[in-house]
Amino acid sequence: MAIDQKSGTELTQRRKLAAGPLSKGDKWFFRATAISANFAFVLVALIVVFLFVNAWPTLSAQGISFIFGDIWNPDAKHPVMQLGPMLWGSILVGFSGVLLATPMAISAAYLIVYLLPKPAARVATTIIDLLAALPSVVIGLWGIAVFSPVAISWAKISNQLLGWIPIFHVKDPNSAFADSPFIAGWIVAVMIVPIITSVTREIFSQMDDGLINGAVALGGSRFSVFRKVILPTSSSGIIGGILLGLGRALGETVAILYVLQLSFKINFFSVLESRGGAVASWILARFGEASNSEFHGLMAAGLVIFLVTLAVNMVASFIVNRAQPWRKN
Amino acid sequence: MMNSTTASASTLSTEDISVWFGERQVLQDINLVFPANQVTALIGPSGCGKSTFLRTLNRMHELIPSAGLAGRVLLDGQDIYEPSVDAVDVRIKVGMVFQKPNPFPTMSIRENILSGLKLSGRKITDADDLVETSLRRASIWNEVKDRLGDQALSLSGGQQQRLCIARSLAMNPEVLLMDEPCSALDPGSTRRIEETIQELSASMTIVIVTHNMQQAQRVSDQTAFFLADENTPGVVVEFGRTEDLFNTPIDPRTNDYVNGHFG
Repeated sequence: MAIDQKSGTELTQRRKLAAGPLSKGDKWFFRATAISANFAFVLVALIVVFLFVNAWPTLSAQGISFIFGDIWNPDAKHPVMQLGPMLWGSILVGFSGVLLATPMAISAAYLIVYLLPKPAARVATTIIDLLAALPSVVIGLWGIAVFSPVAISWAKISNQLLGWIPIFHVKDPNSAFADSPFIAGWIVAVMIVPIITSVTREIFSQMDDGLINGAVALGGSRFSVFRKVILPTSSSGIIGGILLGLGRALGETVAILYVLQLSFKINFFSVLESRGGAVASWILARFGEASNSEFHGLMAAGLVIFLVTLAVNMVASFIVNRAQPWRKN
Repeated sequence: MMNSTTASASTLSTEDISVWFGERQVLQDINLVFPANQVTALIGPSGCGKSTFLRTLNRMHELIPSAGLAGRVLLDGQDIYEPSVDAVDVRIKVGMVFQKPNPFPTMSIRENILSGLKLSGRKITDADDLVETSLRRASIWNEVKDRLGDQALSLSGGQQQRLCIARSLAMNPEVLLMDEPCSALDPGSTRRIEETIQELSASMTIVIVTHNMQQAQRVSDQTAFFLADENTPGVVVEFGRTEDLFNTPIDPRTNDYVNGHFG
């Protein structure tokens, strides 16, 4: 058996390969990164604790009706705060936004990945990314000043053509259309198009060219290849992108506040009526003049929308990470 | 009845085909004739333009914006690049099998066979019969007949490639182009595909690109040897009966290549 002369141990004996103690410089580097990183975790934890603590008085007093009820009367002798119309409004606006944004985003991604020459594709990508960089207050102001009048005319046309569908029905055309979930949905769509586009673009550009070539060689047209090969292969990734967009839409605050009439008369699906809700916008609208009791109600509202958004984002990242659209190799 | 009978094979020929990608010319003046029911092998070192040439035969380069072409490709006398000819019709008559098996991953075995008809918007008259016939012609029916509903990716690499051949056959092509169809496969799968090629040549014209000299000799009736010197476009150095080209090559460069002196 061979023996190492220096250490006197057998050569066949198993040794550790991991590095020895950190050098002096590395020790400081390690401490600094650990402290900075932990600071971020601590901040998140503190915010969540803050939300819970401040939400608790309202949540414990209101119980489950905080979610489903539709009365907001924070300064009565026995305060009643029920978020139902705002929560449902967030969902309605979020889904409207997603429905409007998805076709735009998928078309844009297809154009960028498959149709445009490289330089033009880069310009198009930059323009769409710029949309994501616009502060939402700017989009909100544009929404009031420029977009609303246009969207109101679209709303009227939708009502005239499709009024027989309950979604597009209005009770009184004289008091409808303006400040409706339809318009808020459009504003939200503008904000989430870049998110869905960039995820879809990524999924499309990871597609195996072999599949597309194969489909073309079988006599596929651009449209049939898109519908029968590209879309099915990338659907789970696109759904993930849509959910990420929905997450953003649910948390959107100031832009919606500008273009939506917040109302506690719940609006389930009549997107053209001038009343709707949005939890985050409601918090912003009430916060300035809130009494102590209402403050707790608004914190509870914040907690609820935080949890909903968190859940949507978690499902989205799960789906996006799992999406393996038969990648190039 | 397009599904149950087979179309007759066609003669394919090229006249002075040159190809450019951007400013770079990659092929010059290729004149070849692929007679009906014959197997033609295209051989030559990497980068000589043989795959590029193959793709001119079913207009696949139209997906590449910088591609340019001169010359004519005649399918039974008709130029497939004439403006009045629809590229989709060309690709239906001239099928293609690729280097890497590329079954559609979201489709079952059966759906893969029918995918060409769906992609090209053709009517499917007797789907079951077409699926069975196509799979039988690609010699894979017995292996998959009990699991036609399974995902195509559940098959082995060799089976996937034969599925792709079957998928092309379902379109009932007159010509089948094969771009190194066995280069990703084991020897057993390669042998089975070579047998399939022999059987198919009874009903269609076949052009196969291969790096494998033995394969060219085993499967082809005639062979074209492509070569591109540095920074010059690819040309056909020699074209003739496979037996002659391998045993008594005329050009010394052909002799060097088929005897393994370069490439």
